[in-house]
Amino acid sequence: MTAKLTSTPTGAAAAPPRPGPDPKRPGEALFRGLATGAGILILVILALVAGFLLIQGSPALFADPAKLASQGYGEFVSWVLPYVWGTVWAALLALLLAVPIAIGIALFISHYAPRRLAQPLGYLIDLLAAVPSVVFGLWGSLVLAPAMLPLFTTLNTHLGFIPLFAGQVSGTGRTILTAAIVLATMVLPIITSLCREVFLQAPRLHEEAALALGATRWEMVKMAVLPFARPGIIAAVMLGLGRALGETMAVTMLLSGSRNLTFELLTSQNPNTIAAVIAQNFPEAFGLKTNQLIAAGLVLFLITLAVNSVARWIVSRRAQYSGAN
Amino acid sequence: MSIKPIAVAALVTAAALAFTGCATNEAGSAGTGTTSGAQTLTGVGASSQKAAQEKWVADFQSKNSSITVNYSPDGSGAGRSAFIAGAAAFAGSDRPLKDEEMGAGKFAGCAADSNALNLPVYISPIAVIYNLEGVTDLALDPATVAGIFAGKITKWNDPAIVATNPGAKLPDTAITAVHRSDDSGTTNNFTDTLNKLAPDVWTEKASDTFPAAFGGEAANGTSGVVQAVTGGTGTIGYADASAAGKLGKASIVVNGKPLQPTAEAAAAILDHSKTVAGRDANDLAYSLDRTSEGVYPAVLVSYAIVCQTYKDPAVGALVKNYVGYLASADGQKAAADAAGSAPLSADLQAKVKTALDSVK
Amino acid sequence: MTALSHAITQDSLTSGRLPKFATPVTAVAAAVVGFALAVLLAGGNLGTAVLIAYVIFLLSMEIAARVVEGPRQAADRRARHLIVGAFLLALLPLGSVVLEVLSKGMGRFDLGFFSQSMRNVVGEGGGAVHAIYGTLYVTGLATLISVPIGLLTAIYLAEYGVRNRLSKAITFFVDVMTGVPSIVAGLFAYALMSLIFGAGSKSGFSGSIALSVLMIPVVVRSSEELLRLVPNELREAAYALGVPKWLTIVKVVLPTAVSGLVSGVILAIARVIGETAPLLIAAGYTTSLNNNPFAGPMMTLPVFVFDCYAHPGTDVQAYLDRAWTGALTLIVIVMLLNLIGRLIARRFAPKTR
Repeated sequence: MTAKLTSTPTGAAAAPPRPGPDPKRPGEALFRGLATGAGILILVILALVAGFLLIQGSPALFADPAKLASQGYGEFVSWVLPYVWGTVWAALLALLLAVPIAIGIALFISHYAPRRLAQPLGYLIDLLAAVPSVVFGLWGSLVLAPAMLPLFTTLNTHLGFIPLFAGQVSGTGRTILTAAIVLATMVLPIITSLCREVFLQAPRLHEEAALALGATRWEMVKMAVLPFARPGIIAAVMLGLGRALGETMAVTMLLSGSRNLTFELLTSQNPNTIAAVIAQNFPEAFGLKTNQLIAAGLVLFLITLAVNSVARWIVSRRAQYSGAN
Repeated sequence: MSIKPIAVAALVTAAALAFTGCATNEAGSAGTGTTSGAQTLTGVGASSQKAAQEKWVADFQSKNSSITVNYSPDGSGAGRSAFIAGAAAFAGSDRPLKDEEMGAGKFAGCAADSNALNLPVYISPIAVIYNLEGVTDLALDPATVAGIFAGKITKWNDPAIVATNPGAKLPDTAITAVHRSDDSGTTNNFTDTLNKLAPDVWTEKASDTFPAAFGGEAANGTSGVVQAVTGGTGTIGYADASAAGKLGKASIVVNGKPLQPTAEAAAAILDHSKTVAGRDANDLAYSLDRTSEGVYPAVLVSYAIVCQTYKDPAVGALVKNYVGYLASADGQKAAADAAGSAPLSADLQAKVKTALDSVK
Repeated sequence: MTALSHAITQDSLTSGRLPKFATPVTAVAAAVVGFALAVLLAGGNLGTAVLIAYVIFLLSMEIAARVVEGPRQAADRRARHLIVGAFLLALLPLGSVVLEVLSKGMGRFDLGFFSQSMRNVVGEGGGAVHAIYGTLYVTGLATLISVPIGLLTAIYLAEYGVRNRLSKAITFFVDVMTGVPSIVAGLFAYALMSLIFGAGSKSGFSGSIALSVLMIPVVVRSSEELLRLVPNELREAAYALGVPKWLTIVKVVLPTAVSGLVSGVILAIARVIGETAPLLIAAGYTTSLNNNPFAGPMMTLPVFVFDCYAHPGTDVQAYLDRAWTGALTLIVIVMLLNLIGRLIARRFAPKTR
């Protein structure tokens, strides 16, 4: 007994544990390897996609303008520019509409609704996520566009001096504003779902402390929930932005797209989006035209890269809260 | 991850996949490449032919239950590309292969010395559809149609429209002209018609893409155009006549005669047109003459592109069998009933049959 | 003591607050005024009426609250009304879409639709069994591919590689991946399969690859956020007991976050199950049932819906009916998955509250 008592402290002092993977615990190394491998696999997949876009798109990017004019769709930059504008403009409008409403709904479900109703209500909003994009295209052109037409006509008649509402109003209502509303509806459940999960995880202690100190419910949310949830909200908005930038089917069916680079929201001449242009022209394209379309896809890829860089830079200026650290 | 969820998930997936599907209307038939002795024929091409192809495939598969034919309406360009790459045994295309695309040995699915053959199988008139309150009959001459779609005529009570419709109550509404946003053979034939019949107004040559300079509202696909015209007010567009539904179809006035987009008027165009010069006798690629008297000018002719000699003789036999049915009197009548196309004349059917007899 | 008890009188507890009936009464009054104004100005348009009523309600409650209760309470009420308003606003498109799909889709929601394919069917009749099985196969395979990869990556980002260069690169590029247009994912999958298996290989598996490219970013991003939110105390407690890191993650972190993780996975599935363009290119088109996801084109529900809408024959109504019923089926499948997901989450989450 005494021998054991005296030997343990000396044993501990004599052989400190070595750093690095413990050979008696292979599970740790294996799991860590799997996790790292998965991360690297994603980078590989993305590199493959980027490589595909580059290889298939480069014939159009490096062809001379005369060849592009006769065999393709025309000189690349001037051809793709209105579509770049259309993609960014539609996504921006959609997010402007969707993000405040999504955060409001998520707050409602997590903090304002009666507890019994909260889960069914969340389920109800998730119903929107279940609707396929084809249906949104159909609903947009069959129901929303005709319904928005009186509003468009009113806006054009009374507020036509504002450049946004100027121009000849479309006779069918299939404008970029309608498309933005449909995109917002499609993006809403994504942002709401993630925000809701994040708001639900806000530390109860902080919330209770704020309420105990006499804060109103809104002040409690402002102080304890929103700062905590900021990275999650940003992640949700990034997911929504990605969907809005890349949405193909609904925009193809709904938007009356053209090559006009314009701010006007109510006319027939709306800047088309890159995804819609690819979807519309790909079936009939061949040879250099196909390459040019894929090069446009590469441009969209780069746009997403640029937008994400800007967003990251804005977020990184303030420290992130993470429960894991 | 803890073991239990994975086990549950694996069990559920295995159970689900073990319970493979069966379709009650497919008893005793091949399915897609599963049972032995089953053969599959792949075709890719124009969506204009899709409704007809659906009927043809259904009839053919009913008579030959061990064969599965898959016609994928990916588009004419995709069809031609797939045929050239050997991914499709035949292509459906809204235009024949051009001279520079033809040539022995250019097609992966054909024998090394084999060229391709363009066989017309589907004819459809293109109607000018419109949706205007209180106007049921509209007659427009080609210059007016060109003016409307070029954005030069902007109101329904424009003198040019009133001139050909003296009895109609034309309102002071703005015209919304709907065109195809996607490249399409319909646009190609329509712009070709306007370019040939009204060259001073329609200065652009025929092309798959509607000229961007002329503005107007864009919609995706035939059904998109039909829907846009139906859902809007004071709208006008162009689409396959069989897809027009309840919308009004304008008559085109050529030399004083108003021509309706009927199947008979459309089929007549091939009788007045000649095949492209410098081709094999069995290559029936037509260059359409739209200015003939009494012939409805805006017509779409869609082709089936096949090899002269196939690398795999079994595939060649399948293609002969299937495309032979398409061009037969029964096949053409079936398509006319199901898809509203104009049947090939007996003369043309015979020519296609001769061409197919030469396919190996 | 007495001064204190005098101060906390009945009046001081209830004075300075709007009465309980204030909100409903103002709402009704605003509705009446709003509708009246709408009839006068905009010809009785319902949308305008509701908008005007809401604005009047907000303004009057703001003024009343500020005057009676004070700025903090006014801010609280304003926030509450805006939040409830946002929720009600979201119900509008939801209600419209669901009503549209239900009313037009119930027509063909019969046994024939779920047991027949479109082989040899022209016009009326037929069904979508080939498309339903196709969707289940394609999405099921895509989930099998995406969820392990996505979840393991999220674990790496949240647990192992925090703030190192590889993590930053992965997070950045995962965000970029969310912006890949769905049609490009389809083209990529088709090109990959053509490279490996020769030209023109369309298969269910090719469609799964395309969908995985779209699903993985969603799974990664949502899982990563939720894993980060698990309180550190739980991890520290496990480490203190000598539990190795990987076992902590598997037995402590993941179960704590499981409801959110499942939610994220269901979200990803819902995102891709309705994708038309990539499946049209990668999985192809057929009217017959195909039980082999690795060979031959496979029909899927969204492609079926699009095809019925875009290429109807002469009997247009029959095709449109099938299209709407196909859309309804898709929605039902996702809602069922949602339910199953929530049940799984409830079963495996630790019982805390």
